[in-house]
Amino acid sequence: MERTAIRRRLTWQVATVTDVRRETGTARTIVLEVPDWPGHLAGQHLDVRLTADDGYRASRSYSIASAWSDSQGSTIELTVEQVPDGEVSPYLVDVLKVGDPLEIRGPVGGWFVWKPEQDGPVQLIGGGSGVVPLRAMLRAHAHTGSTTPFRLLYSVRRPESVIYVSDLKELASSDDVDVRLVYTREAPAGEPRVGRIDADVISKYAFTPQDGATTYVCGPTPFVETVADLLVAAGHDPARVRTERFGPTGGPR
Amino acid sequence: MSETNYLDGNAAAGSLSELFAVDLTAAVARCNGCGHTAVFAESRLYVDAPGMVARCPGCESVLLRVVKTPNDTYLDLRGLTYLRVPSS
Ligand SMILES: Cc1cc2nc3c(=O)[nH]c(=O)nc-3n(C[C@H](O)[C@H](O)[C@H](O)COP(=O)(O)OP(=O)(O)OC[C@H]3O[C@@H](n4cnc5c(N)ncnc54)[C@H](O)[C@@H]3O)c2cc1C
Ligand SMILES: [Zn+2]
Repeated sequence: MERTAIRRRLTWQVATVTDVRRETGTARTIVLEVPDWPGHLAGQHLDVRLTADDGYRASRSYSIASAWSDSQGSTIELTVEQVPDGEVSPYLVDVLKVGDPLEIRGPVGGWFVWKPEQDGPVQLIGGGSGVVPLRAMLRAHAHTGSTTPFRLLYSVRRPESVIYVSDLKELASSDDVDVRLVYTREAPAGEPRVGRIDADVISKYAFTPQDGATTYVCGPTPFVETVADLLVAAGHDPARVRTERFGPTGGPR
Repeated sequence: MSETNYLDGNAAAGSLSELFAVDLTAAVARCNGCGHTAVFAESRLYVDAPGMVARCPGCESVLLRVVKTPNDTYLDLRGLTYLRVPSS
């Protein structure tokens, strides 16, 4: 990971799409080959820029879904949830195909990151596509053989909206990882609770303030606001709650 | 400014990385308006304004603005008393 410490100013560069995987009806994982990728920390993101034929440009941020190690070299993954009528996400989900170029700038962001050498357990709380950077942290945890206790609370609308289904099943089989899904609209058979994350869910499934965990909350802005407030109300130290807001949309949750 | 149309300082990382070689989003920022001192990543970022505006989560005053014109980038830092960047 040392190479990420090299200080340099960043600019736009062209990546190539090498694979596209369907995650749900509205979400795709895009695999990119990026020349001279310097490596990244779990939780970092990059910016994607689209340029129309008339020169009009739009850029958006996307979290890096994959963890990085030397063996990955210059391959990274993004996962994009399509926002209806959005400017950028429908293009990334529906139009972009293997072999296409994609302009990116990254990796960036030094705050919403998890480093394997970091102290204390880790609580991850994601809503909708907010699970993307959390998945990179879970992947980094697995890659490095870390025994740090990790818990993921993942809020989704319904079973079909779960991104990384098989991946999460595999991760959840580790003794050090606990995965809980919260369904806000429709739950699978055998799961009686339908509703958003509330104080009760936090007290049942999240680490307690005494556990000294660092909590990472990510998703649409209203989701992050609500969860961060619940955590602080439950006695969690605000300095140990790190947040990443995806904006008003950030996809369904 | 509707209730929740903002992002947070994390989302400024890309634009700032074109200007600075160190990551400023993990730096501690002190608001010149109210003295609120927190990691820049925790500020509120509005990207629908002309350019990009980061506001203090304590008092909503402007901490930082980045505005691009065809030839230049304007960086307005008047709302910050300081940015404390960890030496490494
Ligand atoms: C740091 C960071 C990381 C991010 N990482 C990811 C990621 O990993 N994966 C990911 O999918 N997204 C991620 N996002 C969100 C992403 O940047 C875009 O905001 C998203 O893809 C929508 O962009 P768009 O251009 O398609 O929509 P826009 O054109 O920007 O937005 C559509 C507009 O229509 C309205 N709208 C449309 N649909 C809805 C809806 N369903 N609910 C409410 N309002 C709606 C909203 O007002 C919105 O402003 C991240 C954001 C940030 C800041
Ligand atoms: Zn202030």
